[in-house]
Amino acid sequence: MNAPGSGRSNLGSRRLMQRIAFSLVWAAGSLSVLILLIVVGYIVAKGLSSITWQFITTPPRGGISGEGGISTTIVATLYLVVLTVGIATPLGVGAGIYLVEYAEAMARKSRIIRAVVSTARFGVETLAGVPSIIFGLFGYALFVSSMHLGFSLLAAGLAGACLILPVVIRTTEEALKAVPVSYRNGSLALGATRWQTTQKVVLPAAIPGIMTGIVLSVGRIVSETAIFYVTLGGSYRMPTSLLSGGRTMALHVYYLAMETRAFDKAMGTAAILVISIIIINAVINLFSRKLSARIGA
Amino acid sequence: MEETTGACRLRTIGYKLWYGDFCALHETTLDIPSNRITAIIGPSGCGKSTFIRTFNRMNELIPGVRVAGEVLLDGQDIFRLDVVELRRLVGMVFQKPNPFPKTIFDNVAYGPRAHGLRDRNRLAEIVEKSLRSAALWDEVKDDLSKSGLALSGGQQQRLCIARTLAVEPEVILMDEPASALDPIATLKIEELLQTLKKDYTIVIVTHNMQQAARVSDFTAFFMTDENRSGHLIEYGPTSRVFTNPREKTTEDYISGRFS
Ligand SMILES: Nc1ncnc2c1ncn2[C@@H]1O[C@H](COP(=O)(O)OP(=O)(O)OP(=O)(O)O)[C@@H](O)[C@H]1O
Ligand SMILES: [Mg+2]
Repeated sequence: MNAPGSGRSNLGSRRLMQRIAFSLVWAAGSLSVLILLIVVGYIVAKGLSSITWQFITTPPRGGISGEGGISTTIVATLYLVVLTVGIATPLGVGAGIYLVEYAEAMARKSRIIRAVVSTARFGVETLAGVPSIIFGLFGYALFVSSMHLGFSLLAAGLAGACLILPVVIRTTEEALKAVPVSYRNGSLALGATRWQTTQKVVLPAAIPGIMTGIVLSVGRIVSETAIFYVTLGGSYRMPTSLLSGGRTMALHVYYLAMETRAFDKAMGTAAILVISIIIINAVINLFSRKLSARIGA
Repeated sequence: MEETTGACRLRTIGYKLWYGDFCALHETTLDIPSNRITAIIGPSGCGKSTFIRTFNRMNELIPGVRVAGEVLLDGQDIFRLDVVELRRLVGMVFQKPNPFPKTIFDNVAYGPRAHGLRDRNRLAEIVEKSLRSAALWDEVKDDLSKSGLALSGGQQQRLCIARTLAVEPEVILMDEPASALDPIATLKIEELLQTLKKDYTIVIVTHNMQQAARVSDFTAFFMTDENRSGHLIEYGPTSRVFTNPREKTTEDYISGRFS
């Protein structure tokens, strides 16, 4: 039998546990943030000395001492991001919508579709964990050699799109699944078609989640080196067309660190890389809020 | 049948429904009259929700559902009608208020827009008329651009009713529309039902005996027991079912003498 006071008597120890648990998660949280701040701060602080307007606006000049700036690598990175995201987003979001909004209903009726869908799911999950160099090799074999695209933005963009496609599909699926079924039922019960329901109710609610996937993908493209080493080449000339090769900022950091003595410039490039990722994320977040409001109207 | 006066709008004939192998509804035959309120009562799990989801074919969205028998809307087989058109004619208000994460205006305009109406003035008229009919206009007219999710539960439910009215259905199905509401909001919805029945045929599921007795013209009592899952026990004018039930089970249930 519980004595009437027993709830009170262990109140003290429960409070203590609560305090300890809270302190632990608080410490874990602050420590993680601190570590990240130190990494970013170190890079930015070290790199800042070599960042000048000239550094940003002049092209690299090559050579063992790593002369010149990084203008062409910024441009190449930007092109590549636009290209990969431009290819992978419609495909990945479309595939995610199909898998969540349509495939399930269709799979109910047909065994073949059910098999196809579960294979697709399994494939997507597996591909999400494949190292980027594998996509690089694939891109090299297919786009660079077989399709004769050479080391080019196009070849790298296609390979990069393959790399981020699983991520885009997965996050789209997760975002769609997080939209309450009651929204869909409410829309269907009003006589809206499935596509109207998807377009007007489900997608607007899912856009913030989908955008998270795209932001992650942008980060991935900006920071990958291996896959672009074998598809984009490493030319530091300004890319002029889809068939030009190029060098992304991340690749440039790699070249500078490994093949030149200009470690300070590697740091400077890295700092700009980090800053651009922060800016890109902020812009995409803003854009996603606008988009969500617009589609939903 | 003694029960139905006037035109019959919905009719089920030997209608049965299975979830997989489980027969949730046994043969059900009944007529639902137009411009009347028909209450569906019965203990939890007897198939009330399943039964009313039949009329707008929402059961089809659930995997593994099979049906047998006939269901007619104004004499037409609903399974032959286009499902999108059927759902325009047969609206539904759900148990839990489920406004879209959109403005009040866009919530109500959603249905008409989905059916192709673009004209802004016409939309604005429909929104006002629907919100008035749902007794919500006075509370929200100053800020139609507020999110539907920012309303109270009772207001959200009336918003959902307005949203349903905006597509001008013939039948409105309501699955315990007041179960999440306080007595005052409930009363508002009940008053609303009385005005709505002039224009609509209403089928309402309720757990509340007094509510069924107060608002409905006809009552269908469903039951489930160890031999048979959901089946219809008795159907007739509410006054008769409540004062002079034919079945002992009905009497026991209504008077609360139920194990
Ligand atoms: N999606 C489903 N899949 C399988 N069985 C279901 C499903 N929905 C309902 N059932 C079963 O069908 C029977 C009737 O359920 P239903 O929801 O229609 O009951 P109800 O009368 O509305 O109950 P309540 O008053 O609790 O809402 C129950 O036995 C339930 O377990
Ligand atoms: Mg129910």
